[in-house]
Amino acid sequence: MHRAKKRFSVGKKQNLVGWLFLTPAAILIVLMSFYPMIKALFLSFKTGIGTTMTWTGTTNYTRMFQDKVFMQALNNNFLYLIIQVPIMLILALALASMLNDKHLRFKGLFRTAIFLPCATSLVSYAIIFRSLFAVDGFVNTILIKLGILNTGYNFLTFPTSARTIIIIALIWRWTGYNMIFYLSGLQNIEYSIYEAAKIDGASPFQSFWKITVPLLRPIILLTAIMSTNGTLQLFDESYNLTYGGPANATITMSHYIYNMSFKYVPNFGYAAAMSYLILILVGTLALIQMKVGDKRD
Amino acid sequence: MIKVKKAVQYIILTIVSLLSIFPILWMAISATNTSKDVVAGKMIPGTYLIQNFKNLAAAQNVGGAMFNSFKYSVILTLLSLLICSLAGYGFEIFHDKGKDVVMSIILLAMMVPFAATMIPLFQMFSKAGWLNTTIGFIMPTISTPFLIMLFRQSARSFPPDIMEAARIEGLSEIGIFFRMFFPTMKSTYAAAMTITFMNAWNSYLWPKVIMTDNDSITMPMLVANLKSGYSTDYGVLMLAVLLCSIPTVIIFFLLQNYFAEGITGAVK
Repeated sequence: MHRAKKRFSVGKKQNLVGWLFLTPAAILIVLMSFYPMIKALFLSFKTGIGTTMTWTGTTNYTRMFQDKVFMQALNNNFLYLIIQVPIMLILALALASMLNDKHLRFKGLFRTAIFLPCATSLVSYAIIFRSLFAVDGFVNTILIKLGILNTGYNFLTFPTSARTIIIIALIWRWTGYNMIFYLSGLQNIEYSIYEAAKIDGASPFQSFWKITVPLLRPIILLTAIMSTNGTLQLFDESYNLTYGGPANATITMSHYIYNMSFKYVPNFGYAAAMSYLILILVGTLALIQMKVGDKRD
Repeated sequence: MIKVKKAVQYIILTIVSLLSIFPILWMAISATNTSKDVVAGKMIPGTYLIQNFKNLAAAQNVGGAMFNSFKYSVILTLLSLLICSLAGYGFEIFHDKGKDVVMSIILLAMMVPFAATMIPLFQMFSKAGWLNTTIGFIMPTISTPFLIMLFRQSARSFPPDIMEAARIEGLSEIGIFFRMFFPTMKSTYAAAMTITFMNAWNSYLWPKVIMTDNDSITMPMLVANLKSGYSTDYGVLMLAVLLCSIPTVIIFFLLQNYFAEGITGAVK
């Protein structure tokens, strides 16, 4: 990124005005993100309820790795991450490059339709998918009518099908969102490059891998980091679509942390320790992605 | 050969579009049918909408939840746009080394997962007496790194000549912001508004944590409260989902072009 050289001399008074402009936002970020984060760090070394908390050293951190439910939740988050994110991003990229075709008709219609799922709230779509795949839901009704099934299949009571439904739901909700980022990025690429490639005999597949992907790398990186971040923090889908079940087979880390803090006997110390693991994972993965994303320059 | 490729392209896009729309269409149609019809797989709008609404209103305070959601989301959106655009403008127009350092620290906050701040925030807010209040709802997300970045990026395209001219005219710095920057950045504001309003309206985990009183709940919370294990009234449930989706869908249709434009400005 090249920043234009200083646009005009910034005087002392204007410099102060600049700080005044950004102070409210900066203070809020410190108070609402950094300060609680530090508080959570202290909490994670404590145990007990409410005001009677005592220091316990690293007990919370060692407990986490022996906690079968938390390990299951960690596994689930990674399963969603490894399967869902690549499928979604590739699909979004493929759809965006199809829509970037200058001669395509009904472009606006397709774009609106594919982006529409993003307008539904997380709770709403979780409940729509829960209802669609319920034992007496639409999908089963159709499968029975078509003669594929005799009785309703209870998708949500088997680990593999329940996880699959969460992954399908996530792909449905977020592909259009990522597609908009790619479409915006594609608009910054000169269309003539594609036409030149075509004249040189490049297939659409080749120009996709040789032109689109390299030029969009910064945006692909951005969406990969955002999706990783979002997937590691999944809550609504686990909470409202599968209730974490069957037997914690689909529960996510955030869902378990919520249960540990507000549903069961509150254990803020342990919950804070688990939340720090998410923080470390998000940070590490973002760093790795930035390294990989930059290397191939 | 080219014709076949074209056809494949249209077929894929049509299938994906239909798959994207179908669950929403099914939801809207189901809201007008009885639970029995929904289960039977009826895909034609019915006449049960008003009865579903009566049942829903009898079971839950829909008006209250709708009002709460509007109140929280509108106040949050207005404040958030003001504070983040001021900051983004400040970072870009008056930028120097010190401010760039502050900006990179702010961007670090993007990586802080909500699960890590949720418990301390809950403790802070209970102490401050902010449970079940609008201020409790809005405080954590008034200032977000994403919005600040969006406004900072778009401030880059704000012509310096306008600023110089305004200064010569004797307009104050804050006057330049409100009378020059604000009107020229309409599409960025519209994109920011779409994102912020949708996030505010759709947020679930945080309101669930701090809205402990039944009179303070939001629409998504009401929808989630409706779901129950075995005997779900799908007609009523889908009507609640429909009502919860209408505001964000309207905003989306009104502002979707700005949204794409605003994002384009930000990813340049």
